[in-house]
Amino acid sequence: MPSPHALPRTAPHIAPLDTRSQIETPEGIDLLLRPAGLVVRALAFSIDFSIRATVMAALFLLFSLFESFGAGLSAIALFLVTWWYMVLFEVLNQGRTPGKQIMGLRVIHDDGTPVGWTASLIRNLLRFVDMLPFCYSLGAISCLQHPQFKRLGDLAAGTLVVYRDKPRPRPVLPHATPIIAPFVLNLEEQRAILSFAERQVELSTERTQELASILAEPLQVSPALAVPRLNGVASGLLGPT
Amino acid sequence: MKQSLFELRHQADWQRFAERLDALEKGKAQATSNETFGRDYRRICHQLAMAQERGYSSHLVDPLQQLAMRGHQQLYRHRHPMGAQLLNFVLAGFPRLVRAEWRLVVIASLLFFGSLIGMGLLVHGFPDLIYSVIDPEQVAEMESMYDPQSSRIGQTLERAADADWMMFGYYIMHNIGIAFQTYATGLLFGLGSLFFLFFNGLTIGAVAGHLTGIGYGQTFWSFVIGHGAFELTAIALAGAAGLKLGWALLAPGALRRGEALRRAARTSVQLIYGVMLFLLIAAFIEAYWSSMTWPGPAIKYTVGAALWAMVIAYLVFAGRAPHAPD
Repeated sequence: MPSPHALPRTAPHIAPLDTRSQIETPEGIDLLLRPAGLVVRALAFSIDFSIRATVMAALFLLFSLFESFGAGLSAIALFLVTWWYMVLFEVLNQGRTPGKQIMGLRVIHDDGTPVGWTASLIRNLLRFVDMLPFCYSLGAISCLQHPQFKRLGDLAAGTLVVYRDKPRPRPVLPHATPIIAPFVLNLEEQRAILSFAERQVELSTERTQELASILAEPLQVSPALAVPRLNGVASGLLGPT
Repeated sequence: MKQSLFELRHQADWQRFAERLDALEKGKAQATSNETFGRDYRRICHQLAMAQERGYSSHLVDPLQQLAMRGHQQLYRHRHPMGAQLLNFVLAGFPRLVRAEWRLVVIASLLFFGSLIGMGLLVHGFPDLIYSVIDPEQVAEMESMYDPQSSRIGQTLERAADADWMMFGYYIMHNIGIAFQTYATGLLFGLGSLFFLFFNGLTIGAVAGHLTGIGYGQTFWSFVIGHGAFELTAIALAGAAGLKLGWALLAPGALRRGEALRRAARTSVQLIYGVMLFLLIAAFIEAYWSSMTWPGPAIKYTVGAALWAMVIAYLVFAGRAPHAPD
């Protein structure tokens, strides 16, 4: 990265090595989605499953007071809870069943819009196939081999389970006198230096030192002074110089 | 422009937009506050693009990204084809769809009704054959249900009182469950749907043949003919919908398999909406009409035949005539 003849500011974006997927919107920006993997989805399902089991047990006890009228109610309740629990929650609660809500997930269409009745019904009816032949085997295989972790129901319905991003608190930047970098920075490098300053609170002193000393030579300082120098560049990028 | 200045200038806007999104997500937003939503959302997108292009830090870009994502979720929706157009779907859309998919419907019906009738005739001719399909205990249970001595048909005597509602619930759960299974397993290249159509055909056929053979034919046929019109057709249609899924995988045509599957799923789930409607009607008829004993078999057969004619006429003729634009 460090070289006096840095890449031009319009250097082509290198695809990030992670699972994020991008959707271009009509406004010309890219929405970043982070698809959720097998484990977290399995946990969300187990939470939903235990909630459903509890609800069914409670209803069953309640309806057993009413003999055959109650048996009819139980059958309808069992039907609703088996086939409609997921659909109703997903459509009416912004793509979140209670389990997904706890795990911080939500269901959306492939194009980033909230999931609707049709797609939700498809993905939850086809759940039956994902469960075959036992214990979600087909769903798990499909989920593990797909770049966006889709199970078969998601493939057919065109839906995606993503993480809901929560706002992160702003870190306190180390105080430093703003200076201008002695060489031209491209966008990636600029963001890397800003991240270095922002993440300093989370890093150990030794690691901070180690990272900064990589840049000691192009910054034309001794490795010991690289950290304050780099912080200076960062705050120069942020505010007035 | 330096990042801190940019942030200082727009921070208040972002705060306001986030608060409005909170209100919208909770469903509590006032209509008047939404008039400027589109404009504000576009501004956020614009500022996000600028922030990215200028290489501002992740702690500025990420929250803007989240705001844009939440705004996008509020602004863009897929139309719900079922909500407003329910009546249109029932009157014309569903039968049209069934006719548009007539090849699959014919295949599914042949398989289902073919195995039903074939097995019925076989069991009638060779009565022992039923035990290769159904457990002896279940056969005994069936026999007690359709015993001509029973006062209410279709259920055992001791459950007679107040049982209509119970059976209604049971039929809904059982039948719609079967229809859903028949549909969903179509995803396995259509094999699951084929299996369930064939298997259900065999079972029902075997029961029918057996009961007719031992002389319970009158009670059985007069019981099933009414709701059978809706129930059996619905199972066949669910099978057709499942076959559509499987066929999209086997022969995707000019599309990629994934895309073909998505389109097939969108069409076939419309069939499933119709199937659910049919099964609700069937459960209603089964619980409240078929189980009555006072109408004589003649009345039952007449009504049953009328229902069959109605279902077939509905699927064949409804929605053919052009109607006034919606």
